[in-house]
Amino acid sequence: MTNALRIQDLTVEYKTRRGVARAVDRIRLSLEENRTLGLAGESGCGKSTLGRAIMRLVPYPGQIADGNIYINIDEDIPCKEGDIPKGEVDITELNEEQMRVLRGKEIAYIFQDPMTSLNPMLTIGSHFVQMIRAHDPEIEKEEALDRGKEVLEGLGILPERVTDYPHQFSGGMRQRVMIGLGLVLRPRLLISDEPTTSLDVIVEAQILEQMAELKKKFNLTMILITHNLGVLAQTADDIAIMYCGRLVELASVENVFEAPQHPYAQALLLSVPDVTKPDKKLVWIPGAPPDLVDPIPGCMFNPRCPMAMDICKTQVPPLIESETGGLVACHLYGGK
Amino acid sequence: MALIEAKNVKMYFPVQRGFIDSLFKGETTFVRAIDDVSLQIEKGETLGLAGESGSGKTTMGRLCVRLLKPTEGQIIYDGEDIADIRGKELRLLRRRLQFTFQDPTSSLNPRLSVGKAIADALKFQKLGTPAERKEKAEEVLEKVGLSPASSFYDRLPHQLSGGQKQRVVFGRAIIMDPEFVVTDEPVAMVDVSIKAQLLELMLDLKKDLDLTYLFISHDLATARHVCDRIAIMYLGRVIELGDRNQVYENPLHPYTVGLIGAIPVPDPKARRSEAIPPGEIPSPIDPPSGCRFHPRCPKCMEKCKTEDPEFREVETGHSVACHLF
Repeated sequence: MTNALRIQDLTVEYKTRRGVARAVDRIRLSLEENRTLGLAGESGCGKSTLGRAIMRLVPYPGQIADGNIYINIDEDIPCKEGDIPKGEVDITELNEEQMRVLRGKEIAYIFQDPMTSLNPMLTIGSHFVQMIRAHDPEIEKEEALDRGKEVLEGLGILPERVTDYPHQFSGGMRQRVMIGLGLVLRPRLLISDEPTTSLDVIVEAQILEQMAELKKKFNLTMILITHNLGVLAQTADDIAIMYCGRLVELASVENVFEAPQHPYAQALLLSVPDVTKPDKKLVWIPGAPPDLVDPIPGCMFNPRCPMAMDICKTQVPPLIESETGGLVACHLYGGK
Repeated sequence: MALIEAKNVKMYFPVQRGFIDSLFKGETTFVRAIDDVSLQIEKGETLGLAGESGSGKTTMGRLCVRLLKPTEGQIIYDGEDIADIRGKELRLLRRRLQFTFQDPTSSLNPRLSVGKAIADALKFQKLGTPAERKEKAEEVLEKVGLSPASSFYDRLPHQLSGGQKQRVVFGRAIIMDPEFVVTDEPVAMVDVSIKAQLLELMLDLKKDLDLTYLFISHDLATARHVCDRIAIMYLGRVIELGDRNQVYENPLHPYTVGLIGAIPVPDPKARRSEAIPPGEIPSPIDPPSGCRFHPRCPKCMEKCKTEDPEFREVETGHSVACHLF
């Protein structure tokens, strides 16, 4: 199996008036083709920033400070300012024009909020036409529209509704349009940021099911960013748990839910309400994450960790292989 | 006896129309947010109100504390119909009925310190002197877990975390020593790691202050952990009501079955067994005839398309509105 994505020591920083906040701190991970990686963690842990860094769309004042992001490309991609060769490409080295060609075609991103991500002045069809023609100016308008209709149909939206405007669509349908826009250029890597968070459970289940079907149909590799661990349990193959910009655990979905290694992952799972287990005693993690502008030494989780040792307060735990075959960054497992 | 009882309550909102429209079309159309709902809330219980967005659960909550005046029907609180009261009487009633709004960030004034925000509730009720109000507000801050109160009193909302803001919102609701509190999605905006903490606080407050809750939530997994009974709403109607174990373990209405089946279970081995109902909730302006769920129902019969099912008790404490039962 080849890796669709390989990230090496990626660091993303936001330069604010209060100082520099390291939102993504030396993240290292790789993703095999056709797998779904779930990215989980509390708000502010850097999961969206990591997703956007892969698109090189970190919002101002953030920037990629260090590290490399490699993606695997099937064939040479022509570009006005230097063709992109096939094989493993480091996208942090590409220029803006090359990046523009890649976005949508190789990597697509579905943004968090479908209510504000569509242009209210354009019909749904125009969104598709604009997007397709931006990558292939030669294409006829009708053909572009047909391709949009085809994708929408797969998502359960009637093709004749392409002449409607976003406000005529419900939240669930707008989210489907967003997914359609992400998929219409047949990317190989799809990053979806909280795709179902603002939706009701029934619509959420419908959309997740459709996404799973489309993933199979289009041979997609997916990164699913969400704080909802229930959704991840049902859709992801692997789960990466982030805390304060660092990767604390990465393992297959079964291992994360059955035998979480990192104390943070353990606590997080105990706090999730489960409808099938009414007697589950919900616990919470005391305290709050530290300020990223003023990071604490050692393991970022140490002030909230029930198993904190002296070493945790001084040394950052390295990411090592865990007993369950995943990766974990915790001093409890050191020296083995 | 029930603490609050809604009897055949209806809440219709007129649809805003343009001037030209109103010249040509005779009648005003209405959004039937609540259409003939009867509900009893017993003293000391937590009743959950669940359903998709647009089902009318927030409107129902607002009606129960008379933030809205029902178009029709009665709301009986402590043996007295409060549907039509107004003025001073209503203001005095507000001391006993409280409501916490959905989003703690937008329900706190960003320029008002959180201590003052809590104390001002007393000011509007013309209770106590400024010093007494401050003292009482500090007491409440301690009670909701923001201690030491003196260090929190002067803070502005942006200096607090989401969970702390939600605590302030709870504090503002309990300063009047109410009997009944409607909490609208109290934990929807906070991270899962502190959700349990807030739910625990809610239950502690309930015990200490002898409260009765109406817990509005679209998150059925959370509702299961806090509610004694649960009512499922669909398009302005309560379609199923029962003890939480009855509703979750033996859901009767096909909609409830679908809704519970659609909840993502945090266990990779538990796969979905129930089919997800197709489509989305229809418009409450022109609801479907007969049973409102019939266009999406997998067990729809001829009868369902024309006849509105009656809401009746099928086992002790478990009622459902469906022709199957």
